[in-house]
Amino acid sequence: MPGLSMPRLSMQGDRVLIGALSACALLSGGVLVLILGFLVLETGPLLAGGHVARAFLGAEWHPADHTFGLRAMIAGSLAVSGLALSWAAPAGIVVAVWGRLYARPVLGRLYRGVIDILAGIPSVVYGFWGLLAIVPAINRVRPPGTSLLAGGLVLGLMILPLCALSTDAGLARVPQSYLRAAAALGLSRFGTLTRILLPQALPAIVAGCVLQLGRALGETMAVVMVCGNVVEVPDSLFAPVRTLTANIALEMAYASGWHQRALFMSGLVLLMVTMVLFGLTQGVRKRA
Amino acid sequence: MRIDGARDRWAAALFASASLMIMALPLLMLVEVVGAGLPRLSLEFLYAPPMDAGRAGGIGPMIVSTLAILAVCLCAALPVGLGCALYLAECVPAGSRAARALGYSLDVLGGVPSIVFGLFGYRLFAIELGLGFSILSGGLTLACMVLPLLIRVSEEALRATPPSYRQAAAALGLSQGGFLRRVLVPAAAPGIAAALILSVGRALAESAALLFTAGYVTRLPDSVFDSGRALAVHIYDLSMNVAGGEGGAATTAVVLVGLLTLINLCARRLGQALHRMQRA
Repeated sequence: MPGLSMPRLSMQGDRVLIGALSACALLSGGVLVLILGFLVLETGPLLAGGHVARAFLGAEWHPADHTFGLRAMIAGSLAVSGLALSWAAPAGIVVAVWGRLYARPVLGRLYRGVIDILAGIPSVVYGFWGLLAIVPAINRVRPPGTSLLAGGLVLGLMILPLCALSTDAGLARVPQSYLRAAAALGLSRFGTLTRILLPQALPAIVAGCVLQLGRALGETMAVVMVCGNVVEVPDSLFAPVRTLTANIALEMAYASGWHQRALFMSGLVLLMVTMVLFGLTQGVRKRA
Repeated sequence: MRIDGARDRWAAALFASASLMIMALPLLMLVEVVGAGLPRLSLEFLYAPPMDAGRAGGIGPMIVSTLAILAVCLCAALPVGLGCALYLAECVPAGSRAARALGYSLDVLGGVPSIVFGLFGYRLFAIELGLGFSILSGGLTLACMVLPLLIRVSEEALRATPPSYRQAAAALGLSQGGFLRRVLVPAAAPGIAAALILSVGRALAESAALLFTAGYVTRLPDSVFDSGRALAVHIYDLSMNVAGGEGGAATTAVVLVGLLTLINLCARRLGQALHRMQRA
């Protein structure tokens, strides 16, 4: 009941309180503006100083010579995240469908608990496990093991629980009346799934996966630990790659001057991508 | 549409086996990490200082630093976050422009990569405000990071309080401030606590945002103006920069995952309690 019969409480004497709450709200909403502001502030001179031509999409990253091409890092980020999403999204959807439709209630509850815990495990632990188990395994096939493939596997594992959670939420929002109608029509479970549940939940599922793509692109720790971090556009699954995020984590410790500005520029790129992806998910949700 | 019993059974079997296989992967990860780290776990490991760059010794200073960073984070995030949640739940209508703009800003903020928070925290807290690499810088950066989660979950808890409470407050002639302080916040306390616990979990798991804000000095910090290394950063440093540091990293990971699982269970318990309360 959106405010229909809600009595308004008297505000007398509460001006200070309302002011304080508004200040909190302003501060909270202002953080994003501050982040954007500082990134632009740091990047601006780089773009204005004629470095922009060689910056951004150039192939060469030589901070010592003031050449700040991000092409290899952008390619690396896209490749690792794409690889991760390409297996984690279908896997997450399968798990969520099983948990909601096929699993016995006890197993279903257990699975939701496990997913919750997995979603909270630090990325640095995922990365550590990649270093412990996945990199040596790949190393046996094709040395050195730290590679695009290792990154895709570890990152995929990391976003899998989140893909499952968002799919689960999407399936839960399909109206019960549809399911009862399907049961009344004698539709099988598989039929209910493919003809009612999935089509109905599709926008939510897609939006969830796009959001996870953003998470994958922004992930640092898991990726920096298993990808090898060589600045090159990857030419195979076994090639080492460096992502935008890894580049910041690795070089920020000693960067200064233009070099540091270039790292802030990669941060700005990441923020822009996040905002665009978020806009996309909003668009998909609205069309639903 | 035909009913195909055989196909349905096949689908069920396929979904079940695929899911169990997929779910086994992360569990395998947990088992392997815990298996690698558990043998070295002891009470001494929890309080002893690290030796030989972390290859030996314990994680005492990191635990202190982590707790200090958490404390700073919560001291900053809780008042601001709760204030913003109250503003969203009480001061503006749900669909208004202010509420939508604020909500949009918070939702985007929730998706900002942690390394970008690190850059921002370094630039604002370490450089602009002159705090340097310190627990204060790290804690404040994390506070910015957990704000969206804290606000959204608290807001939900505030909105979930029964409307009859407000009607009763109005009937009694309670002012808005009195209603917030004496009715709304106490009634939503379990939900706010759950939001707080979720935020602690998020902050504990974070490492990328702390690299250039709290720093990675292994010494026991003297004050909040000192640099301190969080547990997650310790795992990163040991496994990346210290040859032969895997053992220490694994044991630290066991401690961290254990803590987070505990926190997760607490949040679930609180959530269930809240659910029961709303039904009652």
